[in-house]
Amino acid sequence: MTASALAAEPKRPEPLKSGIDFSGAEVRALQQDDFSSPAMLWITRGEKLWNEPAGKSEKSCAGCHQDARASMKGVSAKYPKVDPGTARLTNIEGRINQCRERNQQTAPLRYESDELLALTAYVGMQSRGVPVNVVIDPQNQRNFRRGADIFYTRMGQMNLACTHCHDRNFGRKLLNDTISQGHGNPYPVYRLEWQTMGSLHRRLRACFFGVRAELPPAGSQDLLDLELFLAWRSQGLIVETPGVRK
Amino acid sequence: MSVARLLVPPRAKRGELVEIRIAIQHPMETGFRMDNMGKVIPKNTVSNLVCRYNGTEVFRAEMGSGIAANPYLQFYIVARESGAVEFSWIDDRGEKGSASAVITVTA
Ligand code: HEC
Ligand code: HEC
Repeated sequence: MTASALAAEPKRPEPLKSGIDFSGAEVRALQQDDFSSPAMLWITRGEKLWNEPAGKSEKSCAGCHQDARASMKGVSAKYPKVDPGTARLTNIEGRINQCRERNQQTAPLRYESDELLALTAYVGMQSRGVPVNVVIDPQNQRNFRRGADIFYTRMGQMNLACTHCHDRNFGRKLLNDTISQGHGNPYPVYRLEWQTMGSLHRRLRACFFGVRAELPPAGSQDLLDLELFLAWRSQGLIVETPGVRK
Repeated sequence: MSVARLLVPPRAKRGELVEIRIAIQHPMETGFRMDNMGKVIPKNTVSNLVCRYNGTEVFRAEMGSGIAANPYLQFYIVARESGAVEFSWIDDRGEKGSASAVITVTA
């Protein structure tokens, strides 16, 4: 896809604001309290899984990566990233599953399973406070363009693009939600409406559903490309994993 | 795997009122929801949760369909002597969980 085919020139919202700034006081308080935040249950579980041997290798994540607080610091801020081995764009979920398959020699975890959410949140939390930091280069340029194209293209029965809500109307009410700028920096998040933790791809699917568009599967190329575009677009914000949302 | 987070102050003065907090990862299925195929998801809640302080029961909760997923409880006990604050619970499917912490009480 060439630049001229893009529906719009990629831009960041101004002023750049995290989704938590659009949340109510109760949700903000929960996200900030590391004990009361229900998301921390997944962190506890992620930490356990990190230290548990698995697969034919009988190695735990810690067996190779040691203390996540040191080895995983800043890692998720650079994702999604093109994996040098496969030359494919990979997010943290995908990278964890690669380690499960190649390094632990065991089955990948199902997208949206408690285990994958727990490990993703645990790895992600080690970047809490680190600025989102993806670099668009010749390797991921095509993914970036595709992601941007999805973001600016009208879709679904409601014929709306992501940009219509998250660039033009942030701060406004939609039913009983306040529309944010649509950043991925707190994911995975505990969403009170879901009563559980959810991935960024689950949230994105909810937005596709909202405009009555066909839903791309979690982990699909469309959502990965969109994830990369969103990360570029949120450059300037810090990682807030694990977030809490209404 | 049953996961919980427990917060008990590690130290307290004798007679002091101390705050105990526990969060348990549990779906708390109400029994009123249906899955994608329209089948009712059976009720499964943490029906019985007990807290013992040095072996003596100090708190009990029976939680049903009205409690949201991942229940979070907070209450106070009076610090009397050093020892263990132990929680145990069981859900409708018979799955058990436990968590404990030690508190040191000084004069
Ligand atoms: C047998 C050793 C081994 C095991 C076990 C292992 N990994 Fe890895 N992991 C690696 C290697 C090697 C890399 C690639 C290192 C690099 O790119 O710098 C890697 C890379 C990663 C990365 C990306 C790091 C980056 O900077 O981009 C993440 C995240 C990760 N592993 C998570 C996990 C998790 C979670 C587990 C447990 C489920 C796990 N790994 C188990 C060896 C292992
Ligand atoms: C009709 C308006 C609308 C459209 C179109 C829309 N969204 Fe959303 N989106 C929302 C609402 C409402 C929420 C929940 C409140 C919030 O966080 O903005 C949300 C949430 C999000 C979030 C989570 C933000 C956070 O901080 O938790 C992301 C990311 C997101 N949207 C991305 C997208 C993308 C990408 C598209 C296009 C595929 C899109 N949205 C299309 C309304 C919309």
